[in-house]
Amino acid sequence: MPSSLITSNSLLAIDVGAANTRAVLFDVIEGEYRFVASGIAPSTAEAPFKDVAEGARNAVANLQKILGKKLLDASRGIITPSQADGSGVDALVITISAGPTVKTVVVGLLKDVSLDSARRLTESTYTRIMDSMSLSDQRKPDQQIDSLLRVRPELVVIAGGTDGGASRSIQKLLEPIGLASFLMPEEKRPSVLFAGNEKMEEEVKTLVGSLSTSLHFSPNIRPSLETEDTDPAERELARMIINIRKRQIKGVDLLDLWAGGHMLPTAYATGRMVRFLSKVYGSQKGILSVDMGASATVIAAGFKNKSVLKVFPQFGLGQNLVGLLSHTTLEDILRWSSLDISPGVLLDYLHQKSLYPATIAATKEDLAISQAISRQALYLAMQTARKDFPQNIANIKTNLTPLFEPILAGGGALSDASRPGQSLLLLLDGLQPVGITTIILDQNNLLPLLGVAASQNNILPVQVLESGAFLSVGTVVSPVVSAKYGASILKAKISYENGAEANIDLKFGFIETLPLANGETGKLTIQVARGADVGFGPGRGGTIPVSGGALGVVFDGRGRPLDLPSDPVRRRELIKKWNWALGGG
Amino acid sequence: MQAPVHHVIGLTSIVRERLLPISGNVTARIQQKVSPNEVVAEARWAREHVLLDVARLLNVSPNVAERLVKCHVNDELPVNAEIAVGKGMFPKTVRAPRAGRVVAVGGGQVLMEVGETKMELRAGIPGTVVQIIPNKGVVIQTAGGLVQGVWGNGRIDSGVLVNLAEAPDSILTPNRLDVSLRGSVILAGLVKDADTLEAAAELPVRGLILSSIYPSLLPKAREMKYPILVTDGFGSLSMNSAAYKLLSTNAKREVTVNAEFYDRYSGARPEVIIPLPISSDPPSPKEIEEFAPGLQVRMRRPPSMGMIGSIVSIMPGLTRLPSGLRALAAEVKLENGETVIAPLVNLEVVG
Repeated sequence: MPSSLITSNSLLAIDVGAANTRAVLFDVIEGEYRFVASGIAPSTAEAPFKDVAEGARNAVANLQKILGKKLLDASRGIITPSQADGSGVDALVITISAGPTVKTVVVGLLKDVSLDSARRLTESTYTRIMDSMSLSDQRKPDQQIDSLLRVRPELVVIAGGTDGGASRSIQKLLEPIGLASFLMPEEKRPSVLFAGNEKMEEEVKTLVGSLSTSLHFSPNIRPSLETEDTDPAERELARMIINIRKRQIKGVDLLDLWAGGHMLPTAYATGRMVRFLSKVYGSQKGILSVDMGASATVIAAGFKNKSVLKVFPQFGLGQNLVGLLSHTTLEDILRWSSLDISPGVLLDYLHQKSLYPATIAATKEDLAISQAISRQALYLAMQTARKDFPQNIANIKTNLTPLFEPILAGGGALSDASRPGQSLLLLLDGLQPVGITTIILDQNNLLPLLGVAASQNNILPVQVLESGAFLSVGTVVSPVVSAKYGASILKAKISYENGAEANIDLKFGFIETLPLANGETGKLTIQVARGADVGFGPGRGGTIPVSGGALGVVFDGRGRPLDLPSDPVRRRELIKKWNWALGGG
Repeated sequence: MQAPVHHVIGLTSIVRERLLPISGNVTARIQQKVSPNEVVAEARWAREHVLLDVARLLNVSPNVAERLVKCHVNDELPVNAEIAVGKGMFPKTVRAPRAGRVVAVGGGQVLMEVGETKMELRAGIPGTVVQIIPNKGVVIQTAGGLVQGVWGNGRIDSGVLVNLAEAPDSILTPNRLDVSLRGSVILAGLVKDADTLEAAAELPVRGLILSSIYPSLLPKAREMKYPILVTDGFGSLSMNSAAYKLLSTNAKREVTVNAEFYDRYSGARPEVIIPLPISSDPPSPKEIEEFAPGLQVRMRRPPSMGMIGSIVSIMPGLTRLPSGLRALAAEVKLENGETVIAPLVNLEVVG
C-alpha cells in the first residue's frame, strides 16, 4: 500500500466509469509532476463480469503496454511501492462513477428551507430522489411507511432544525423512517445521513440507529435559516456512496483497499478540484467544470466564497438516455442537429443507445444524433444547475450563464467529438458562455483524478495543470447582444508578440476565429456595437492579454441566449456553417 | 479485447435462479422435476400498513398507552378487534380499522400490516431443481436451445411455438391472429401498432417473440399480461438471422418465454428457452470471449445494425471511422457479402 503521497514520486490514478475504466500515470519528470500516459479498458461493473477490479486491472495492463513498464504483479495486483527495476508505482488513487443511481429519500422540516438544502446536498452525487418528506407532507405516517417500503431507498438524507432548535418535529419525521426500516430485511435497510440539528444526535441514534445499515452524522447543513453549508456533509456523503457501492458491486472493496481507503466518487473528486482551483486561481469570475459521461452529466462551479456541485444522472448519456425525454422533447433535441433526422429515428436511437451505453458513433448520421443529444443534455444540466448558483456572482445578465474563467470540459461525449472544434461548438451551444473566457478540454479526463490526489499531494495537481496535459481550445469572446442577422456587432484587433496584427469584424449570427497558436500570447483589443457587452459594460470595449489555443481566439456572434432559427432548413445550414467556421463539417 | 456475448445457441445447459422478491417459503424439493407453471415458492405480502397512535387517540402519555395496549406482535386481528381501552367511567376504545397482523408495538403506538396477499413463484422453465435457496427460491437446470433478447415486458409463460414470420423482417398485423393461435407462443417480426398487441391479448396468446418494437408501443406492451420478448431492438429492425433460424426451425415445439426485464448489473436478460431431450448434459454457454478472427458477431449500432457477420481481422492500432472518431476496430464480413469496418465496442459475439 502507498505510504504518503507527499513523499511519493509516481502516482497511478484509476477512474472507474460506467462505460470505460482509465488508468493514468503521473510521474516526476525533470523535477515536476507530469501526466505520462493513460490506458483504457471497458468497465466491468455489469454482467457478465460483475467485478470492477477486473476492468481496473485491464486498464492498468493496457497502460503497462504503452509504458513498457510493469505495474501489475503475477497475481494482477498493483506493485507498490516502485521497485529498483523500475516496476510499480509509489501511490495509487481511485475514483468511481460506475453503478446504478442510488435510490434516495430526502427529509427536511420545511419544504423551502431544510428540505431544499437536503435536496441540494443529495444532488451532489449519483442519486435519484424517489420521495421527499417534510412537515408540509399531507400523507399520514402509515402512508409514508408504505411509500418507503415501495421505494426501498438505499439512502435517506435528513436535514432540519437549526442547532439547538426544533427537535419534536424532527422526531415525528424520523418515526416513519425507523418503522419502515424495521419492516425491511436487514440487508435492504438504507444508509442514513443526518445533517440536521446537531443536538439531536442521541435521539437520532435511538430512533433509527439500530435500523439502518449505517448511520452517519455531518455538521448541520442549515445551522440557521439564512445560512447553508453543505461542504462537510458532501464529504460524508461521498464516503457513504463508496460504502453503498461496496455492497452493490464486487471489486469496489478491493479497489478501496488499494487506494488506502481514500476512494471517492468521480463527481466529488471533480468538485474538490474545482474548489481547489477557485482558491488557487480564483478571480471575480467563477471557475466551471463540465463532465459529460455515460452515468451522469456533472457540473461543478467554484465561486469566490462558495462552490456548487451538481450531478445529473437524468442527463447522463448512457443507460438513462430514454429518461431524458421526461425533461425535454424530441424536437428540442433535433434543433441542434446538422442533418435532417426524423423524431422517430431519434426515438429509436435513444432506446437503442440506452441498451448499449459503451457503443460509439461509427457513421456521420449517428454522430450528428449523438452530438445533438449531448447539446440538449448539457443545456438542460446547465439551466438546472444555474438555479442553485449563489446570488451575488459576476454576470452580464442574471438570466444568462454567469461569467466564468476558465471553463474545463471532459467526459465521453467530448472525447466522442472527432475535432476540438466539434467539442467547442457543443460547449458553446450547451453552456452558452458569455463575455470572455478560456475553454480547456480535459481530453484524458484527468480533473477528477487530480481532485482525488489533491487532498494528499497539493503540488501534483498544480504542476500537472500547468504542464500542458489539458488542451486549451482557445479564448472565446461571446458578446451579449441582440441584432439583425449580418449586422456588425464587434470589431477586434489582435497584436501578436512579433508585432503582426490581425483584425476581425464580427457580424451577428456568425462565428469567426483569429489564429493564436497554443503557447503564444497576444493583446486583444475589442470594440463593441452600442448595447453589446463582453464584460466591460454595454457598448464598452477594452484591451486584454490573451493566450492561444487549438482554435486561437473564437468570436461567437450568435447572441445570448442563443436563438436558433425556427426554419429547419435554414437552421441546419447555419449549424453546418458554424461547424465549418470551427474547423470542419 | 474482451467481448460481450449474446446467446443464440441450439443446445446448451441452462441454469437459472428463480427467486421471490421478499422472504417466503420454498415449496420445491431438491432434484424435483418441475414444469413451467409449477409453484416452487410462495410468500405472504402486505401492501399496506396502519399505524395506530394509541397514546394520541386515548389522550394519554406514551408510557400509559403502552400499558393499555392489549395486542402483541404477530397477533392476527379481525376488523374492529380491541387494541386498547382507556380508563375512566366512559373509556374510549381503540379498534383495528381493518383485519391484519400486528408487526410492531411500542412507544404507545401499534403498527399493523393489512391487505395481505399471497405471492406464488412459478418455476418458469421446465427442468430439475438443483439447489434450494432457503426462504428465497430455487435454482433450476434444463437443457435446450437458448435465444436471448434485448427487451422484455416482465412476464413469463410457456406454450407451443407457432411461426407467423415468413421472413426475419415480417410485420405482424391483427388479421394474422385467429382463434387457432389461442395458447400459443407466436414468433413474429415487427409490431407497429397497439391493435396487434390487443388482438394477441384477446385470444389470448402465451407469448410474442418480436424482432423489434416501436418505442411508442412500450407502455402498452408493459400492460400486456402475456410475455413479449424483443430480440433485436427498437424501431424497424429485422430479426437477426441466427435467432430467426433457430426459432423458426423449432416451430411446433413447447417453448418458454421468460420476458424478464434486462438488468445490466445482475445479467438478467429476456430469453426464449426451447427444452430439448438429451442423453448427457451439453456444455454451458460461454459468458465472455476475446475478439478474434472467425468469431460470429452482431452489429449493435449502424452501419448494418442488427446484422450478423464474422470477423475477418482485427485492425492494428486505432482506426478512423466514417464519423471521424478513432477506435479499436475489426473488419467484419456480413452475411450479405458486404465487408464493413466496425468499432469493437459496437460488436457482440453471437453464440
